[in-house]
Amino acid sequence: MSTWELILQQGVNGLILGSFYALVALGYSMVYGIIKLLNFAHGDIYMTGAFVCLSVFGALSRFLSGWPAVACSIVAAMFLAAALGFLAQRFAYRPLLGAPRLSLLITAIGVSLVIYNTVMVITNSQPLFFSSGLDSSAGIKIGGLTVTYIQMVLLAVSALVMLGLSLFIGHTKTGRAMRAIALDQDTCRLMGINVNKVIGLTFMLGSALAAIAGGLACVYYGNVQYNMGYTIGIKAFTAAVIGGIGSIPGAMLGGLLLGLLEATGTQLLDSSWKDVFAFGILILMLIVRPNGLLGKTEIERM
Amino acid sequence: MSGSNTMLKVENLVTFYGKVAALKGVSFEVEQGRIVTLLGSNGAGKSTTLRTVSGLIKPESGKVSFCGEDITGKPAHELVSRGLVHLPEGRHIFKDLTVLENLELGAYTLKDKRERKRRLREVFERFPILGRRAKQMGGTLSGGEQQMLAIGRGLMAAPKLLLMDEPSMGIAPLIVRDITSIIRQLNEEGTTILLVEQNAKMALGLADYGYVLDTGSIVLEGRGAELRSDEKVVKAYLGG
Repeated sequence: MSTWELILQQGVNGLILGSFYALVALGYSMVYGIIKLLNFAHGDIYMTGAFVCLSVFGALSRFLSGWPAVACSIVAAMFLAAALGFLAQRFAYRPLLGAPRLSLLITAIGVSLVIYNTVMVITNSQPLFFSSGLDSSAGIKIGGLTVTYIQMVLLAVSALVMLGLSLFIGHTKTGRAMRAIALDQDTCRLMGINVNKVIGLTFMLGSALAAIAGGLACVYYGNVQYNMGYTIGIKAFTAAVIGGIGSIPGAMLGGLLLGLLEATGTQLLDSSWKDVFAFGILILMLIVRPNGLLGKTEIERM
Repeated sequence: MSGSNTMLKVENLVTFYGKVAALKGVSFEVEQGRIVTLLGSNGAGKSTTLRTVSGLIKPESGKVSFCGEDITGKPAHELVSRGLVHLPEGRHIFKDLTVLENLELGAYTLKDKRERKRRLREVFERFPILGRRAKQMGGTLSGGEQQMLAIGRGLMAAPKLLLMDEPSMGIAPLIVRDITSIIRQLNEEGTTILLVEQNAKMALGLADYGYVLDTGSIVLEGRGAELRSDEKVVKAYLGG
């Protein structure tokens, strides 16, 4: 492989990683935008999505296999994650919306621990392995560069989901209400918007996106573990900050950028430097452009 | 002032901000088809009264009836579709949304698409400037234009009763005249108006009836013309 081919190959890997980051970062950013909460439980929702996907896939294996089974499993994961996100919002966060922001933040850490430990107990702290039965080496070769069909599907699904979300936020009544609530909640109430309902919907949507990422990761990496949400949670948060937290296009851009930088960065240095690389970028970003690439509003200190 | 066509009736309203009573038993009525004003200095409880009536704040005690129905403590978002529309102090335009999006949000509870289009056309006829700026962000409008957008957004909900909080605040005197004539015109077309103003001169020029609030209680009431010549009102609010 030539150096260029290596860099391109890492670019493909980076895009895949970046799509995962972006999908999770979107939920972070949407929730932050609408109620200014850093939802630390979001990575655990991603992990839950992966587990549900794996379990449903197993249960379906008698009737379905291949991509249809994967699709059904991911859809099931989306619904369950959405329900979980809604419950967290309804029973943990909503009662605290009038409380100091720090209470809300600590509650989010609490919700994270509850989900994390529940799955840890259920799985007995063991990783579960997943085999989709799909050929993971089949793909297209261009010179020395290989792009597998699985990779192509993952990228296409992520792109479609992000496009769909942008259209939803930009052009539907509910999307418009979400943007308006992020700006001024009381005035939204005076427009007849049921603010709590829209906030609940935002959590559900963000959680469903995280579950898509979790399901795709489950197919791509072939294993699922209770602590898999931790790192990606922090990375997605980093991505959201790089893009400008609260900004939807920012979360997508931040996620993809972080994925690409990580993949190419590890090509240049050793892969054990991966996290140093990611958080180095975060710190640099916070110094140079604290509002992120596409962020508008001032970041408040927590 | 009491009758069978009372649109809004507020009885003994008590509202707290934390431990402080902002309203200490406020009672007043708004008859259908009228312009009624609430006067008072800063901190008298005018905005709190409107915020309690429109459901943004829950009252401690007392009763609010709208079109004969008890709406006390009902959340704000349930009152809009009944025709009770509150234009808050300071206009509160969604700055990062376009003028058109702001207007569309005004008709959020309306399902009928054709009716929404019709109302939008009506607002653009009334305020042609909003039509020309439809694609601009709300935050780029001037103060006067933002006030028109706020009124237009309120009209998108087809209000029976319009609660207006300080529509003249921070607006150039020349534009205040425009706003005054818009309010009069809306009233002539059948919208009942409850107007809160610090600009007592403007408010009493418009109002059929007025109430004066002082530290959470109604201290004076009367017909617009009566209040205009009342010695206490002249002294306190008209700079006489």
